[in-house]
Amino acid sequence: MPIKVLIPTPLRPYAGKQSVIEVTAQTVGEALSDLVAKHPDLRKHLFSGEGKLRSFVNVYRNDEDIRYLNKDATPVNEADVISIVPSVAGGQ
Amino acid sequence: MALKIPGRLYDRLRKHGEATYPHECCGVLVGEFDEAGGKVVMKLVQCGNTRTDSPANRYHINPSELVRIQREALLAGHDIVGFYHSHPDHPARWSVTDLAEAHWTGCSYVITNVENGRAVLTNSFLLLDQEEAKHFEDELIEVIDL
Repeated sequence: MPIKVLIPTPLRPYAGKQSVIEVTAQTVGEALSDLVAKHPDLRKHLFSGEGKLRSFVNVYRNDEDIRYLNKDATPVNEADVISIVPSVAGGQ
Repeated sequence: MALKIPGRLYDRLRKHGEATYPHECCGVLVGEFDEAGGKVVMKLVQCGNTRTDSPANRYHINPSELVRIQREALLAGHDIVGFYHSHPDHPARWSVTDLAEAHWTGCSYVITNVENGRAVLTNSFLLLDQEEAKHFEDELIEVIDL
């Protein structure tokens, strides 16, 4: 089913400059796979060499972090929105 | 290229650092990118600092807040264009930690030095290049009337 994925500012250059991309998926993992299939340049910005999400990349289904759901297997339906947000931190 | 920010938001950003002193404050700058690569800030969102273990010299914005802010910005036709935080009793320069933890290429990272509870200097740094080669460049802050 069609699912919307929100693309953060720094990843837009690798996603055809789009802020919202529609993918076809039943799970978050499938959604991300479809996303990188459509925009292969995104892969190295989202995943490590071992194929895992990079440590600073957060993926949410609506308002829930998929790490606290079923990770890649987290189911999605048409009303859901997947958000990708790199972390924001630092300090002196 | 410059980070353009309305005076009232610039003041709010600096006062946030005074309010949380001696802890670091943090927040998100929402606005628009212009065709020349500059940015205009239209909204400032104050966030909580989740680094309660070391709030005087570290900050972290809850990703849940970022998700909400990003979603609302896109609905309004805007973007996240940068972030801000304070350095209590420490210069308004990016640190090794700031660079290591910065992942929003193309966005501004604004830092305010707060000395003894008073905001002194505010500087902006533009994050450039991909993760493996990322670096900050000094960025002009232009305070505007809006």
